[in-house]
Amino acid sequence: MDRPIRVLVAKPGMDAHDRGAKVIARAFRDAGMEVIYTGLRQTPQAIVDAAVDEDVDVVGLSILSGAHNTLVPRIMDLLRQAGLDDVVVVVGGIIPDDDIPALKAAGVAEVFGPGSDLDRIVEFVRQAVRERQRIG
Amino acid sequence: MDGTSQAPNCAAPGAERAAAPGAGPGSGRQFLTLSGQPVKAVYRPEDAPIDYARDLGDPGRYPFTRGPYETMYRGRLWTMRQFAGYGTAAETNRRFKYLLEQGQTGLSVAFDFPTLLGYDSDHPFSDGEVGKLGVAIDTLADMERLFEGIPLAQVSTSMTINGPAMVLYAMYLAVAEKQGADWRQLRGTIQNDILKEYYAQNTYIFPPQPSLKIITDIFAFSSEHVPKWNTISISGYHIREAGATAVQELAFTLANGFTYVEEGIKAGLDVDCFAPRLSFFWDIHNDFFEEIAKLRAARRIWARRMRERYGAKDPRSWAMRFHAQTAGVSLTAQQPENNIVRVALQALAAVLGGCQSLHTNSFDEALALPTEQAVRIALRTQQIIAEETGVTNTIDPLAGSYFVEALTDQMERQAEEYFRRIEEIGGVVAGIEKGFFQKEIADASYAFQRRVQQGQYVIVGVNKYQMEEEQPVPILKIGEDVQRRQIRDLRQIKRSRHRRRVSETLRSLAAAARRGDNVMPPLLDAVRAYATLGEICDTLREVYGEYREQAIF
Amino acid sequence: MAVTVTPQQLIEALRAGDRRALARAITLVENREPAGEAILQSLYPLTGNAFIVGVTGAPGVGKSTLVSALIDAYRQRGARVGVIAVDPSSPFSGGAILGDRIRLAGSRRDEGVYFRSLSNRGQVGGLSRATGDIIHVLDAAGFDVIIVETVGAGQSEVEIMRYAHTVLVLTAPGLGDDVQASKAGILEIGDIFVVNKADREGADRTASELRHMISLAPQGDGDAWKPPVILTVASTGQGIDDLVAAIEQHREYLKDRDTLARRRRQLVERHLGELVSERLLAALQRAAGDRWRQAVDEVVARRRSPADAVRRLLSDVDVLAGLAREAGSGGGDPVEA
Repeated sequence: MDRPIRVLVAKPGMDAHDRGAKVIARAFRDAGMEVIYTGLRQTPQAIVDAAVDEDVDVVGLSILSGAHNTLVPRIMDLLRQAGLDDVVVVVGGIIPDDDIPALKAAGVAEVFGPGSDLDRIVEFVRQAVRERQRIG
Repeated sequence: MDGTSQAPNCAAPGAERAAAPGAGPGSGRQFLTLSGQPVKAVYRPEDAPIDYARDLGDPGRYPFTRGPYETMYRGRLWTMRQFAGYGTAAETNRRFKYLLEQGQTGLSVAFDFPTLLGYDSDHPFSDGEVGKLGVAIDTLADMERLFEGIPLAQVSTSMTINGPAMVLYAMYLAVAEKQGADWRQLRGTIQNDILKEYYAQNTYIFPPQPSLKIITDIFAFSSEHVPKWNTISISGYHIREAGATAVQELAFTLANGFTYVEEGIKAGLDVDCFAPRLSFFWDIHNDFFEEIAKLRAARRIWARRMRERYGAKDPRSWAMRFHAQTAGVSLTAQQPENNIVRVALQALAAVLGGCQSLHTNSFDEALALPTEQAVRIALRTQQIIAEETGVTNTIDPLAGSYFVEALTDQMERQAEEYFRRIEEIGGVVAGIEKGFFQKEIADASYAFQRRVQQGQYVIVGVNKYQMEEEQPVPILKIGEDVQRRQIRDLRQIKRSRHRRRVSETLRSLAAAARRGDNVMPPLLDAVRAYATLGEICDTLREVYGEYREQAIF
Repeated sequence: MAVTVTPQQLIEALRAGDRRALARAITLVENREPAGEAILQSLYPLTGNAFIVGVTGAPGVGKSTLVSALIDAYRQRGARVGVIAVDPSSPFSGGAILGDRIRLAGSRRDEGVYFRSLSNRGQVGGLSRATGDIIHVLDAAGFDVIIVETVGAGQSEVEIMRYAHTVLVLTAPGLGDDVQASKAGILEIGDIFVVNKADREGADRTASELRHMISLAPQGDGDAWKPPVILTVASTGQGIDDLVAAIEQHREYLKDRDTLARRRRQLVERHLGELVSERLLAALQRAAGDRWRQAVDEVVARRRSPADAVRRLLSDVDVLAGLAREAGSGGGDPVEA
């Protein structure tokens, strides 16, 4: 049986804007994935602990507060320390173009800005998980 | 799809009357408002059976559908109030002064997330957030710097603050005191609308019950000491931005408003003592007529309820006054210059809907906080509407339009239906706990996203008329050194203040909160002693506990 | 990466407290992959030590908050706590949004707590089995208390609760007809009733209504367990100590009366029964081949009653011979009818 892709959708830091996170959580669900929604105000450590416990394939981070340069590298670091190098990390939110290369260098698979096509995000995640599983 | 609207209509005359609602003549396509309401091809007198005295009334007269004041913009233009704040207090102070020089007529403070959530800048959780989406305020010293050289007796100030509203309000009053301004002359607004925080904006700290108690403390304190202050701005804006439809925004916001009124009455206050100081805040989205109808319906519903249900006798308790802001959620990161046009049309709807103050978004806000140039264009947009278009010459010019009146009636009816459902589930607080509002909004938000996804709703530059290569626009970046400087200053304050006074004032604050006394007097003492926002909120967290979100899918 | 680790290594790692190994093992077990079956087989002798608490109640009564408070209470008492939170999946896509972690105290990091969100993946029986299997994994991993949380509605929830030694049924005042709703099916599975949000108006009334309903339930013999009604405010921790004490009392009661052993036996019997019927059915379907489909057709066409069709199938000598062959070979999933 094809097991469902498990995705952690997390809101790191203090950012309170959760419309996008909730929309993408539903889009993942409607694509047949199991979405673990952490809710707001999550520390990097709590997000990584959840990723470990829930044995997810994907971590989706939603940040619109401008704190991504601080929070994302920290989360990537903790994921590596936890041995979760094979998890696909995607970031959504308001991320200036100039900041994207550094996030990708830290291991983020893709960054999705405002107005991103939902189907494209879903397809990207599916594809990325498939590739990682092939390598794994 | 567009070609079909050009096709000749060969259907029998009158066929469109029998067609499905929202179907256009000769077209298979549904015509919907942005919120998904069907729209007919033509509206006729029978669609809008208006009893002028009962349903409209003259401007400034019950039920205030046409506006809260008799003279409206002929008497005084709306307040042009741009929401601003970033970095340290000193930086935001400079932006305030710039805006005032450019002809802005009121201030509006945006706070950063640590401030909105009641944490100090040196709290580990604040790392990366300090000064990012607003100005960082830790102590009275920051507030003093924020309004340095701005006479608070003369300017009106709005503060978007909810969870810790009473603390920032106390700081503002303390700054006014230091400037020698009379509290009785102070004008301004604190958002202080906690209910929508639990299901839309998410900057709550304490659970609903103690939060509501603090709000009634503020009502009572202000009616005695700061009588011109708007003690609450009951906000649909964030509900809409969280993905609600126009009707949901209308209904949920008003339901929150009714709850505050009921709490005030329950706390023993005379409704006419506090109701005139309640103000509202609406989001103005892209659908021009839907937004105007929403604003007119809002005034009418409020007036009727206040008079009929809550027995208010003072006409000022019936008349809804509101601030409006163009919809942040409608801004696109793609071809951002297009946002200038969107904002102009939304602002026009706000003005035709009779707003008392207005914020126009800057075109670059889907990318970052606005640059000075972008803010100037946004402000100029209001000035052009006010001074060039002539729309301010007459009041409520759309009254009597079959379509606008029909839409106004329809929104009132749909809101009433929501009020009935909310009552059925036990009121707003019970609705929050059951996740009713969260689910309604999440459903609407996802349904809208699907419409966009399928191209049923067009967003220019996003799902139609896209461009391969876009010219990047310059954006404002908040340096990481803001946090460092803010923490350094905070430490400095902590060293120089009178430590014993701080702990004494915090202790009496905790005691007052435990006893259920009005928290405003001890809060004022604490901020005067330079207790930090985080220390004050921690003290109250001990007493009241913390709220954790209810997410319902 | 999972392919490079053997089930045995995974078991050793999870027994040594490796959370990642534990999480992976649970995934394998939940997905019923061969490695998962192997893990379960090896783990089985190591189980039987955990105490299992079921928590159920309608949305809005504060289940997750209560679970969070229970976690804290058991941690203070030195117990390691595993939590399985079950949410329904979407009937359309099979996907799910699992939101129970939200209530877990966010910033705290605690090696003594493991929390796992589970989707029912649309299968009633399958869910109950997956939950049972995951309980075994957590049990073998050394968790002293395992909390299973479900929305108290529907057959599957009631099924899951049978794995628990002590079942808490939650209500809250002012949430309309929850007590009424809880009458149906949930009432008889509750060992302890909790009126959460007891600082609300109407808490005492809700509690007395519950007591009244419990008193109407058929009484056992003289010292039969009488479900207590506990008032809590999970958000502040009020009443949680009373609740833990009540759970302990129930545990003692189970021990004294040997009920615990009896419940375990019943559970094993059920579990074995489920396994046997699952295997036998699969074997029968393989053995019967076309005759199975024929039987279905006949019942659909109302030419035969279901009982009659079964009787015919089970008296068919060829089928029975095939069944003996197939059942011995084990394994395999039931074919689709």
